Amino acid sequence: MSVATTHPGEHHEHHPSGILRWLTTTNHKDIGTMYLTFALIMFFVGGIMILAVRAELFQPGLQLMQPEFFNQLIGVHALVMIFAALMPAATGFANWMLPLMIGAPDMALPRLNNWGFWLLPPAAILLTLPFTLALFGIGDGAIATGWTFYAPLSVQGGIGVDFAIFAVHILGVSSIMGSINIIVTIFNLRAPGMTMMKLPLFAWGWLITAFLLIATIPVLAGAVTMLLTDRHFGTHFFNAAGGGDPILFQHLFWFFGHPEVYILLLPVWGLMPHVLSTFSRKPTYGYTAQVYSFIAIGVLSVIVWAHHFFTVGMPVPALIYFMFSTMSISLPLAVLFFCWIATMWRGAMSFETPMLFALGFIVLFGMAGLTGLVLADVAADAQYHHSYFVVAHFHYALFAGGIMGVMTGVYYWLPKWTGHMYSETLGKWHFWLTVVSFNLTFMPQFFLGLAGMPRRIPDYALQFAEFNAISTVGAFILGFSQLLFAYNIWRCVKGGEKAKDQVWESAEGLEWQLPSPPPYHSWETQPEIK
Amino acid sequence: MDHAHPAPVGHGRLVGRLVLVVAAAFAFGFALVPLYNVLCEATGFNGKTGDKKVIRDGIGVGGLAAASRAPSRIDATRTVTVEFTGTVMPGLPWDMRPLTVSLDLHPGELQQVKYLVRNTSERTIVGQAVPSVTPGQAAQHFEKLDCFCFAQQTFAPGESRELPLTFIVKPELAKDIRNITLSYAFFSVDKPSPTPTTPRESR
Repeated sequence: MSVATTHPGEHHEHHPSGILRWLTTTNHKDIGTMYLTFALIMFFVGGIMILAVRAELFQPGLQLMQPEFFNQLIGVHALVMIFAALMPAATGFANWMLPLMIGAPDMALPRLNNWGFWLLPPAAILLTLPFTLALFGIGDGAIATGWTFYAPLSVQGGIGVDFAIFAVHILGVSSIMGSINIIVTIFNLRAPGMTMMKLPLFAWGWLITAFLLIATIPVLAGAVTMLLTDRHFGTHFFNAAGGGDPILFQHLFWFFGHPEVYILLLPVWGLMPHVLSTFSRKPTYGYTAQVYSFIAIGVLSVIVWAHHFFTVGMPVPALIYFMFSTMSISLPLAVLFFCWIATMWRGAMSFETPMLFALGFIVLFGMAGLTGLVLADVAADAQYHHSYFVVAHFHYALFAGGIMGVMTGVYYWLPKWTGHMYSETLGKWHFWLTVVSFNLTFMPQFFLGLAGMPRRIPDYALQFAEFNAISTVGAFILGFSQLLFAYNIWRCVKGGEKAKDQVWESAEGLEWQLPSPPPYHSWETQPEIK
Repeated sequence: MDHAHPAPVGHGRLVGRLVLVVAAAFAFGFALVPLYNVLCEATGFNGKTGDKKVIRDGIGVGGLAAASRAPSRIDATRTVTVEFTGTVMPGLPWDMRPLTVSLDLHPGELQQVKYLVRNTSERTIVGQAVPSVTPGQAAQHFEKLDCFCFAQQTFAPGESRELPLTFIVKPELAKDIRNITLSYAFFSVDKPSPTPTTPRESR
């Protein structure tokens, strides 16, 4: 389309300065930066909460806090990490990188993009405000039901539940806006010649994520709306006294909740092949297979939800259906794993920080997948359900899979974003501290779960003391090592060795053809793909 | 032609479709509520006892016509143990216990048991019992002909009363089910109910 037209050198950097620039910006790079900064801040907020929890669990008995406060911390930790850290980080990646990677001048709907971001800070404040209000004697603190809002507890809970419901509404609207924007951008703004099967895998991963988001977030919004009307307007969706059914809530919640796992992971799976190919100096293995795996996982993810509550009492045929459908997800996932390994196979590998994180991701996320198969087994799940085994499993999936995946992307693209190289030494320190302390934190939790320690309880029996102490020590090392990450990013933003346009010697894709950092407006003339 | 902000022309239709998807998904969330109830009643999933099949089977309400049943419908070849239990939910100052804790019966037999309920408070209280049958597969074959759970119960201060339940375990019950547990959750109905429970819900 517009390949031949060039603009007589006009510069577009006539944006307002100061805070107004950030409030009013419609530039995908500015918005991407804001998403990523917000995610990093909330990552630390959620992290501080869980360190308080781990401190309480350092010893048996109640030392630091009352059970009510403990319950609030675990629930808000999860909501913050999922909705305010991981999801915004992925959206930040999409904003920054999608236009660069597909040769688009910007996101398709820039004003919507601005809105999408600026809904996040109020939502985060709503979510955490009840903690502060409680200090002034208003209400009894934040939501204490865990992040799952299970009825009837959430029907009975205090004002924290209402705050969380509204926060989830706003966060949901924000991510639906972001998803619509991403789908429209990918469908309508690809560079001429870039067919869907030439789309970078990162864009494919995000495309599936975006479709999952617009299909499932509204169901969550519906579920929490029903909760709200149950609480205040006399409906009985989940209230057994009025003929409702609390288990209905679990179905509605996990109809959203299970795809949510893949919403968090698909952008990372999309990013991995780029990193692995770059640092193995080989083309991505099995592009088509990976695309179809993404689609298969996206479809399967919406029909397996009930494996989150096998123990609730379901007819045997339903148990068997949900068991086998859940296990079948491991097939496309295994295809992805084999493609990642095959991409590295006999490659000239080098181990810069992004590659280290990618390798750590593959190993640890593999453990999440294997322990997930154990949980998917109906017979075994009866023992593991609601135990620390589950906690360990989903942290291998969402920390090692999600957050380490995001860190892979940050280290990989940071030189492109800032124009400076980060400190490789600090990056390696960060990786090794993270990966060792992560295992120190969560490996013992597998054993705790197998031994029967239930999750979400502030106290435990004496025989669990050693493993809990180890886990707490690991958690604090893990938490404090992330300061290295923040410092490394800060240093890189401020200055440092100049990054080349190409950054990594064998990185491929349109984004590496732009200068580092890319100009405020890039691809004003779309490149042509042959 | 392509400027920093690409002209929104051409995006409108796609955005419109995607917004439709969002609206459909939101509606689907609410549609799941009746879908779920229908599924539960059809399968007994989740211990919801079945729909009003009583009258269609030709058995009178209240068990009056039950005596005229052909005795051959009683399956004397096997015995099922039915256990009775219950929970008083928070906010309801009642004492409750089943007078029959466990009962061995042949499927098809008409049986009556009673729950003893006492209001321990100084005020008149209206309560409602909501039944649940375990295992779920047994729920659709557990027929309550008359049950105190069909209506709200009013208790004067300190009043104590026996509440009857008449039921049949239908012979169609799967052969491998030998134990059935019937549990009641007693809820307080604060005001004369603004949203009266429908017959379906109370069953």
